[in-house]
Amino acid sequence: MIPQPFIAFSTVSKRFGARVVLKALDLEIPRGQKLAIVGPSGSGKSTLLRILMTLESVEAGSVRVDDQYLWRGGREQTTKATDATTAAIRRRIGMVFQQFNLFPHMTALQNVSAAPIKVLGKSKDEALAQARNLLARVGLSDKVDAYPAFLSGGQQQRVAIARALAMNPEILLLDEVTSALDPELVGEVLNVIRMLAAKGDLTILMVTHQMGFAREFADRVCFIDSGEVVEDAPPARFFDAPTQRRTQDFLRTIISA
Amino acid sequence: MFDFSFAASIFPQLAVAAITTVFVTIASFLFALVAGIPLLLLRRSRWQIVSQTTTAVVDFIRCTPILVQLYFLYFAMPEFGVRLSPLATGLLVFSVHYGCYMSEVYRAGLEAVPRGQWDACVALSLPRVETYRSIVLPQMIYPIIPAAGNYFVHLFKETPLLASISVVEMMFVSAEIGADRFRYLEPITLCGLLFLIMSIAAAGLIRTAEFFYGRHWRRAW
Repeated sequence: MIPQPFIAFSTVSKRFGARVVLKALDLEIPRGQKLAIVGPSGSGKSTLLRILMTLESVEAGSVRVDDQYLWRGGREQTTKATDATTAAIRRRIGMVFQQFNLFPHMTALQNVSAAPIKVLGKSKDEALAQARNLLARVGLSDKVDAYPAFLSGGQQQRVAIARALAMNPEILLLDEVTSALDPELVGEVLNVIRMLAAKGDLTILMVTHQMGFAREFADRVCFIDSGEVVEDAPPARFFDAPTQRRTQDFLRTIISA
Repeated sequence: MFDFSFAASIFPQLAVAAITTVFVTIASFLFALVAGIPLLLLRRSRWQIVSQTTTAVVDFIRCTPILVQLYFLYFAMPEFGVRLSPLATGLLVFSVHYGCYMSEVYRAGLEAVPRGQWDACVALSLPRVETYRSIVLPQMIYPIIPAAGNYFVHLFKETPLLASISVVEMMFVSAEIGADRFRYLEPITLCGLLFLIMSIAAAGLIRTAEFFYGRHWRRAW
C-alpha cells in the first residue's frame, strides 16, 4: 500500500471577489517534509497556508490533513468540515506570521504560555517552565519578561516561533517570516528555523523570498504563480535546472534584483 | 451684587442635591457601559434581521433629544399605564441613550485591534470567548478611554435636564431656591461652579486612567 500523503490539497479553488487566487490547485505533502513555497507576491502562496490554518475558506476542492478532511469536494464544489473537526485540525497546526502578531499586552513569557494554559489546560507552573525552555531555545532567555514593543523585530519573531511551538504542532506554517525584518535581523530568525528543520518529525511549509535559505533548508521547492503549482522539484533541480519558462523568468528577476 | 453669606447659606442644600447628580451620572454611566456590550453584539449578529433592527433602534435613540425622551417616558407613558418615578425615568433614559453611544465606542475600539491578533488567536486554537476576554478586550480599552471619558463628562453635564421631570438634583434645587427667594444669581452661579469643578476633576481622572492603562506594554513614544 502506498502511504497516503500527510497533507493533501486537491483541485482547491479560491477567489477574493472577482480575483481568482487559487486555480484547482493540487499539492501533496508527506509527513516530516520541509517544503519551501516561492512565487511572486499575490500568487496565492500565503493564501494556501491560511487555508490550512483554517483562516480562509475555499470555493471548491478538498483539503485533508492526515485522515481528516477540512474541506471535501470536487472541482466545482466543496463542503466545510464540522466545527469539531476544524478545531481538531487546527490543533495540529501552528503558524508564524509575517507581522509577528504577538499579543502586545503580554510579556514574551506570557505570549508563549497563554495558549498552553488556556487551550491545553496545562498548569501555570508547567506552562511557564515550558515557555522558559522554548525561549531559551530561540536564544531569548534574557528577554522573558520583556513586552513585544520593547523587542526588535527579530526578537519578536523568535518569540512568535516559540509561541507556535508551545502548542506542540505536527505542522508548522511559516508565512514570509523574515519579510518584515531589517536585513541584519534576518539571520537570527533563519538560524532558529534551521534548528527546527533538524527536528525530523515536524512538517514545515515555508513561504519565503529567501531563495538561498530555501535551497539550504528545504527538501522540496514549489513555485506557485497565478494560483497554480508551476514547478515542483527538489531544491538542487529547482534552482539549477528549472523546467518551466515561468520559473526561469522568476528566478532570473529574483537574482538580478 | 453677589451675596456671599446668602451663597453660603444655600450651599448645604446644593451639596445634598449634588449627591443625586453624581449618583445619577455614575449609575447611568455604569449601566451604559454594560448596555453597550449586548447592543454591540446584537449589531454584529450574523442574522441581518437582528443586526439591522438593533442598528435602527440605536440610531433612533441617538437621534432624538434626551429631553424629548424624558418627557415621553415621564409624561406620555402613564397614558399607557407605565408609571415610573422621576429618578427611575432619568436613570433609564440616560442609561439607554448613553448605552447606544457606548456601543459605537466599543465598535471603534474593536476595529482598532489589528486583524493579525485574531489570526494569531485562531492559530493558537484560543476559543472565541477567551479571544475576546484575554486578547481583544485588554487591547481595546486603551483606545476607547478618551471617547468613553468624553461621554461620561457629557452625561454629567446633561443631568440638569432631569430638573424638567422634577428629579431633585442640583439644577432643580437651584431653580427652586431662585423662585422662592427671588434671587437667581447665587444659586445658579454655585450650581455652575459645582459642575465646573466636578467636570475638571473627572477629566483629570480620565487623563490619569489613560496615562496609567497599559503603561508597561505600550511603546513609550
